[in-house]
Amino acid sequence: MLKLQHLSVTFNENTPNEKKALKDINLSLKKGDFVTIIGSNGAGKSTLMNMVSGSLFPDVGDVFINGKQVVHLPEYKRARMIGRVFQDPMAGTAPTMTIEENLAIALSRCKKRRLTFGVTKKRRELFKAYLSKLNIGLENRLMTKVGFLSGGERQALSLLMATFTEPDILLLDEHTAALDPSRAELITQLTKELIETYELTTLMVTHNMQQAIDLGNRLIMMDKGEIILDISGEEKSKLTIEDLLAEFKRLRIEEFESDRALLV
Amino acid sequence: MFLSMFGAVESGIIYAIMALGVYLTFRILDFPDLTVDGSFVTGAAVAAISIIHGVPPIVASLLALVAGFLAGCITGLLHTKGKVNPLLSGILMMTALYSINLRILDKPTVSFFNETTFFKQVQSVWEKTGIDSLMNGLLSSVGLTQVPKTWAIIGVMLMITLIVKLLTDFFLKTEVGLALRATGDNKKMIRSFSANTDSLIILGVGLSNALVAFAGGLIAQHGGFADVGMGIGMIIIGLASVIIGEAIFGTKTIARATLAVIGGAIIYRMVVTLALRVDFLETGDMKLITAVLVIASLVLPNMLKSRKEKKRRSEKRLQIELRRKKEGVTDA
Ligand SMILES: Nc1ncnc2c1ncn2[C@@H]1O[C@H](COP(=O)(O)OP(=O)(O)O)[C@@H](O)[C@H]1O
Ligand SMILES: [Mg+2]
Repeated sequence: MLKLQHLSVTFNENTPNEKKALKDINLSLKKGDFVTIIGSNGAGKSTLMNMVSGSLFPDVGDVFINGKQVVHLPEYKRARMIGRVFQDPMAGTAPTMTIEENLAIALSRCKKRRLTFGVTKKRRELFKAYLSKLNIGLENRLMTKVGFLSGGERQALSLLMATFTEPDILLLDEHTAALDPSRAELITQLTKELIETYELTTLMVTHNMQQAIDLGNRLIMMDKGEIILDISGEEKSKLTIEDLLAEFKRLRIEEFESDRALLV
Repeated sequence: MFLSMFGAVESGIIYAIMALGVYLTFRILDFPDLTVDGSFVTGAAVAAISIIHGVPPIVASLLALVAGFLAGCITGLLHTKGKVNPLLSGILMMTALYSINLRILDKPTVSFFNETTFFKQVQSVWEKTGIDSLMNGLLSSVGLTQVPKTWAIIGVMLMITLIVKLLTDFFLKTEVGLALRATGDNKKMIRSFSANTDSLIILGVGLSNALVAFAGGLIAQHGGFADVGMGIGMIIIGLASVIIGEAIFGTKTIARATLAVIGGAIIYRMVVTLALRVDFLETGDMKLITAVLVIASLVLPNMLKSRKEKKRRSEKRLQIELRRKKEGVTDA
């Protein structure tokens, strides 16, 4: 479904700010895989997501979606296959437009936009049905401008907008990080439900280790532009936070030792 | 007095089409496009020269519209593909258009009073309807001695401007229109929903200038001349119309906002006409008047709002104090 091969990116190459954000990343997802990604700040998680979405292009490497090479496609063309929710609740919706207009925009994601009404009676019913599944009363506020919604409501709407057209790949980049704990819990719950309903192939970045363990069928840990841990299936279901921390320490100390060996 | 107001409304309705164009860029696309000063004249010049060369006035007006669309597309291209800042793109295009307009006209001013214009055609049909004598009869019966020569222009322009408004409203509700609005609202979001923001910006700026040039073509036919300098300050007139209209009529929905823009354009013309009747004001003061108008429409609504807020709060405080006093009395 999604295949990343030899992806490397260096920001500000040959300057004092040079940063190797991704180092020869290889990753392959099967249809329906739900992968959680953890790692310290600056590990390259967002950069990896941007490589898939096409917001950034790699220096070298390939991106295949459904067996199709997409690494040269601009972001807006890849978006036909990809649904996305950003960290900032303001980023995923158009604030001066109504809820139903935002949903109409999302509905046109995978087809050519035409000169016909975006919101029709029939579509309005459809939107209502989708919104009522969120259980936060948005189905009664179709004509409300999205700018008037709270951060949590906007993020719930963004999540629905990214998923209900069943994209080939769903990208979630710390999409609960900007919310208070109870709202974050709600959005996490919705995420789980929506991904299960539509059987979406998902990459989800989170800073919450417990969440990374609880959700999905595969867990990846990144550090300094590399994937240093990749656990799935049986092994993942038994995973604890302690395991993860211990594993992180072990891997990084190993690296530290080998670095020192090189220096000596 | 009545006649000069009548004239103000008449030209206000034509300028309203230009203002709708400005609304598309400034408000919908959030793209401060200064091409307008040039493209307005391009429309006037294309219409004038076409008519002089025997092109039917309606076709000439549509040619003006197409010319404006192309000019706007180039501004959009400069910004999206050339990565030039929006303000600078507009200024560059406006500057380039000055020379192009002069080429089209071949001299600074071209008059065509004696040619058949769109409005003359309309007038000859209109006269047969008898609306003029009916309306003027009504006016005389309420005691007005001076009556307008014709109601044809106001009548047909009301129709055309209304059609342009309805088409704009419709377009902004289509799938493409929604994507265009989102482009002005949140580019990151609309790109993630597979819209090509570059193409949408080019389309939006193109459509905006198409309307501006169309208005330019009509104004030229209305006055019987096209002048290379007739577009100077057009952008600020468009902005004034948008801002005044929004302040007075509100922007709750798209349909309401476009209506407000038309209202704003008419009110702008009326205020300027009134101001110029004041003894100590001269024609040259018009730009100053415009600037003051725009500032007033920007500042006054905010001031009124905060005054209302203050009043509401002080009333609330008073109520609570009164209640406390009352409770204090019963307590004792
Ligand atoms: N556009 C950019 N230009 C320069 N440096 C960048 C850019 N994007 C990310 N970086 C750097 O690359 C590294 C990885 O960033 P990122 O992928 O955002 O990390 P995270 O894992 O926290 O999401 C960081 O050191 C960051 O500063
Ligand atoms: Mg990040």
